[in-house]
Amino acid sequence: MTTPQSLIQSEYKYGFTTDVEQEVVPKGLNEETIRLISRKKNEPEFMLDWRLKAYRHWLKLERQEPTWANVHYPTIDFQDIIYYAAPVSPSEGPQSLDEVDPEILRAFDKLGIPLEEQSRLAGVAIDAVFDSVSVATTYKETLEKQGIIFCSFSEAVQKHPELIRKYLGSVVPYTDNFYATLNSAVFSDGSFAYIPPGVRCPMELMTYFRINQADTGQFERTLIIADKGSYVSYLEGCTAPSRKKNQLHAAVVELIALDDAEIKYSTLQNWFPGDADGVGGVFNFVTKRGKALGRRSKISWTQVETGSAITWKYPSVILQGDDSVGEFYSVALVNNYQQADTGTKMLHIGKNTKSTIVSKGISAGRGNNTYRGLVKILPGAAGAQNYTQCDSLLIGDQCGAHTVPYIEVRNPTARVEHEASTSKVSDDQLFYCMQRGISAEDAHFMIINGFCKEIFNELPWEFAVEASQLLKVSLEGAVG
Amino acid sequence: MLEIRNLHVAIGGTEILKGVDLTVNAGEVHAIMGPNGSGKSTLTNVLAGNPAYQVTAGEVRYQGADLLAMPPEIRAREGLFLAFQYPVELPGVRNREFLRTAVNAIRQHRSLDPMELKDFNKLLQEKIKLMKMDSSLVKRSVNEGFSGGEKKRNEMLQMAVLEPRLALLDETDSGLDIDALKTVAEGVNQLKRPDNAIVIVTHYQRMLNYIIPDFVHVLIDGRIVRSGGRELALELESQGYEGIRGDVAATAGAEAGG
Repeated sequence: MTTPQSLIQSEYKYGFTTDVEQEVVPKGLNEETIRLISRKKNEPEFMLDWRLKAYRHWLKLERQEPTWANVHYPTIDFQDIIYYAAPVSPSEGPQSLDEVDPEILRAFDKLGIPLEEQSRLAGVAIDAVFDSVSVATTYKETLEKQGIIFCSFSEAVQKHPELIRKYLGSVVPYTDNFYATLNSAVFSDGSFAYIPPGVRCPMELMTYFRINQADTGQFERTLIIADKGSYVSYLEGCTAPSRKKNQLHAAVVELIALDDAEIKYSTLQNWFPGDADGVGGVFNFVTKRGKALGRRSKISWTQVETGSAITWKYPSVILQGDDSVGEFYSVALVNNYQQADTGTKMLHIGKNTKSTIVSKGISAGRGNNTYRGLVKILPGAAGAQNYTQCDSLLIGDQCGAHTVPYIEVRNPTARVEHEASTSKVSDDQLFYCMQRGISAEDAHFMIINGFCKEIFNELPWEFAVEASQLLKVSLEGAVG
Repeated sequence: MLEIRNLHVAIGGTEILKGVDLTVNAGEVHAIMGPNGSGKSTLTNVLAGNPAYQVTAGEVRYQGADLLAMPPEIRAREGLFLAFQYPVELPGVRNREFLRTAVNAIRQHRSLDPMELKDFNKLLQEKIKLMKMDSSLVKRSVNEGFSGGEKKRNEMLQMAVLEPRLALLDETDSGLDIDALKTVAEGVNQLKRPDNAIVIVTHYQRMLNYIIPDFVHVLIDGRIVRSGGRELALELESQGYEGIRGDVAATAGAEAGG
């Protein structure tokens, strides 16, 4: 009864392209490309210097991409990528929605992300990133009244260079890893948020990343700073057109939480996964890290990863402040020929730091799913605690699930727990549901959804339903 | 409503049912009694369409149609309900949502619109009261962490909500204490209607003190060896299955000899 069969081959709903006039820099990467990107953004000297340092470091790495991950793909030709593509806009970046190309607004509408403030997502402030640039940010004025800065990264470089200078690379230095280094050299846009001391951000902040242009790579950079005693919940969503050629997405996200601050960061990742035969799809090679710098600060990652041909990401927390808390909640689904190697790192530095990891991996079709996690307790982290739970669910008999936990404890007072399980949707469960009149397909979704419930509960409610829908669409054709 | 003719069933090559005949009409309550391993649960599972069992011969008509040709979910939508002996757990699937999905799947099959949420909640509250159930159980994951008795009651709640035409109760009494048994039996009695039927599979006759059967059948070694009225259950109580087995052997011997 569990034998998977293709009932309906699901169509990737977000695979359309938008026809807009784009400004595109020639393919290839060299110092001139970087100077050009920096010039287009009218960046201050320090930014260009930083980019160039990163680029020179990247050259020294001599194409030494990380090879330890359990993913397989052909060599990427870094000279065959467009590093900057932006819709042509009348002014230096749009000042209001009226100035945004209507085609782009329509594209975001179609994606279910209307940018008008009185819409379905009323109450969510959105920064919309289209290829290499942010095209619009909503609710900026509302947020500004409380001193909250939410804008594109490029705008932050212009208006708040002191914050950028202070925090850029403070969590993920440009020397961190191959893809983070590449990103540091060529990143084009992304979101920036700063929450002032004591302010609880009154709405969800969201960035929606859309790749449109063919042959481009998207290299965005997000920086969120929660000042003392503040709170922010941030969400990102991502999609891309269906294309036969793989596209590279190498982002960097840095989070900083000061004393008593809390950042909740949620991701619904639905990049084009490639077709049923494994052709095309996005290579999602991303470095995400938060620094719980202040005492009693908290950083919580929640991710629902259903897209991309290959996912390589480990949203991590450096638990530096005493009593700080790090969390990682993840659902990673692979179907057809998708590969995911994802997990987290919890680095316990401060005293009585606490981390929780709950990872749910779902493998279907010929997908291959690996959880990779590191829990490291440093000598000074007296009383540190970690709880890790990794559950894998297999659908069919041609997929793979792997769990690779690394645990390093250098303080005798620390407590570390690890639990892992692998299961299948059992015939008994399916029969039970079907005996109540529920179809095999719905029964599968129900059971799989139940498996992920703990993680969906961590999402802002507006997106919990969407996550469950996403799961359903991504699994179509795998169960029945 | 249900006509079983010469039903033979095997699991993994071993024959469990060796020619069962049974007719159940609307408005009737039947009890099937038998010792462990006699094939009682096999019978209910086969009727419900559990793919783990293979029908090797025989025929089953349900409401005039070929039951064995229907997939399990269609049987359910056509009003056949099995109260499981060992209900499974569905972690993370909320009991209430599960039931609502089931109700709407059945309604869709009957060309009805999905039930409005508030109507469903009302129905659910009504049935919770009928079964005297702890209402917090519907907010929890299906059967997860339920006690044996809670699981059985939950089965009865589902039955009450889904209002089947033919209900098969597989050892529903096991795991229930005497008070719970009485409550469940009262609930079942209230669900009895002239247009539906109930088949109770049980080891002991104690449940039959509360749900009075019209017919009792004794299933031993894959065959129904005796059928009778309620008094048969009482006879079983006093003589045990060994007594019946002896009788049957004697009768068979006499027939062969005569």
